Amino acid sequence: MALSTQEFAMRADWLRGIPWLPLAVLGAVGLCAAGGDLLLPFDPGDLDLAAAFKPPAWLPGGSMANPLGADNLGRDILSRIMAGSRVSVIVTFYAILFSGSIGAVAGMIAGYFGGVVDTMLMRLIEIQQSVPAIALALLLAAALEPGLWTVIVVIVLTYWAWYARIIRGEIMALKGRDYIAFARVAGVGTPTIFARHLLPNIFNTLVVLATLQVGQVILFEASLSFLGLGIQQPDISWGLMLSDARQYITNAWWAITMPGIAIMLTCLSANVFGDWLRDRLDPQLRQL
Amino acid sequence: MAGFLARRVMQGIISIIGASIIIFVISRLSGDPIAMLLPNDAPASMIEETRRNLGLDRPLWVQYLIFAQHALSGDFGNSYRWKMPALQLILARLPATIELAVCGLLFSVAIAVPVGVMSAVQRGGWIDRIGRIFAMLGQAMPAFWVGLLLILVFAIHLDWLPAFGYGSPSQLILPAISLGWYPVAAQTRIVRSAMLDVLDSDHIRLSRALGTPERLIVWKYALRNAAVPLLTMLGVYFAAMLGGAFVVETIFAWPGVGRTVVEAVFSRDFPVVQAGVLFTSILFVISNLLVDISYGIVDPRIRDAR
Repeated sequence: MALSTQEFAMRADWLRGIPWLPLAVLGAVGLCAAGGDLLLPFDPGDLDLAAAFKPPAWLPGGSMANPLGADNLGRDILSRIMAGSRVSVIVTFYAILFSGSIGAVAGMIAGYFGGVVDTMLMRLIEIQQSVPAIALALLLAAALEPGLWTVIVVIVLTYWAWYARIIRGEIMALKGRDYIAFARVAGVGTPTIFARHLLPNIFNTLVVLATLQVGQVILFEASLSFLGLGIQQPDISWGLMLSDARQYITNAWWAITMPGIAIMLTCLSANVFGDWLRDRLDPQLRQL
Repeated sequence: MAGFLARRVMQGIISIIGASIIIFVISRLSGDPIAMLLPNDAPASMIEETRRNLGLDRPLWVQYLIFAQHALSGDFGNSYRWKMPALQLILARLPATIELAVCGLLFSVAIAVPVGVMSAVQRGGWIDRIGRIFAMLGQAMPAFWVGLLLILVFAIHLDWLPAFGYGSPSQLILPAISLGWYPVAAQTRIVRSAMLDVLDSDHIRLSRALGTPERLIVWKYALRNAAVPLLTMLGVYFAAMLGGAFVVETIFAWPGVGRTVVEAVFSRDFPVVQAGVLFTSILFVISNLLVDISYGIVDPRIRDAR
């Protein structure tokens, strides 16, 4: 579809200040995750004991074969970081999808109907938030098998309340608007009010909250995997790589730094992008 | 105020009861605790008897009440691994965790207050800008990675500080920094925005007009007012430290509650996990309660809300 000059100018204006670099980093992470094994220079599980503790390419003894060096078993660190992005992306996607949906629905219902439902939800949120997230994760990991889905369940249990609280507040403010009252008087059913009048109004907030959550989910997954309560061998995750590298921290500093840099760059990019999106879509969320 | 206090304390108690239900239910997800207690080849009669003794043949809610009754009297059962009462084990490890959390909090405040003040005084200046960059970085670095980097640089390469252990003050430095690292950014932001508000107020302008030295205005009169929001939030950060301690204690082999619980998870030592998690939750609720109460003292409007 061809854009008129004016439309084009408007779109260009909307995109002004878009953080390209962070977006590129996020795109690269997404590409590594989606591209699967096709992109990897090496099989990330491939052992090559001759290359064990090989330093990154720019140091003496390093070579372009393993640009970021190799770990204790001679596995290529770059390949493992690229392969590890898949876990980050999968966990982030499902964790945000489920916690966002559950939180949004709970927040909408509580905010719209108020009364007993609202009180019960707020109590539930308070109770849930009285158990520190990582303690809840430990408990779940002890009770269930640790793994990808346990990580997702823990994150959903931790974050749904965050969405619910904010969405509830927004709905309570929206509920008093005239057009909602008109719709109700005109005999519009509750499901339609939710779908047509409430949901579109909180959509921006949901998008912003979801973007801001990305960095936190990645940090959380990394911490759990690092403790041995998240992703398990032979699956690859950045947190798990750091947990391995800790055993030989004196031999290979690159094995400790590189996966951490991957975590940092990804979170940083997600946070910068989230901040930008928030300023664009929903500046009222500023204080978050 | 009394009504507000009573209401908040009541809410805190409900939260703790709720937390205990969550802990009980999740612990039971793993299946029958009998399998943990008895050898695999135990005769059926013995299984049956143990089951009855522990009340496992009763409905789940009765089992919860039994659990709650025991928990109230401080009985979480014996640690499978350490062969001592779980609560006693947790209490023995508690001082180390509190020590670490307090030092982490001190570290974060010691950085956040001066940086926040300077950023507000010279808004858009170089401290403000560098502070903001560090804040962005800090929010993107997991605490355990900060800890590993600190070990790498200060313990292994420079050999200035011990990489792990407990006892001497030098062993406290690296864990406290890793734990205090994350909240620095948020605290700096709180101090900065509070300072900006205060510096713009009439009484500061009046002091300026009276010729009070700028240093005194900023660090004494303005900071005294601007510190209130941070002080009231300290409980929240203390609570966050308790959560972060699970990871940091594991890295630095710090003998606190966090590491004890993490180890107990791996040895499936349920009484210890339950006692540790419930105890952390109680501290968590108390810290948040103190925050609410201090808010109520500072700002009377909050007492009437809700």
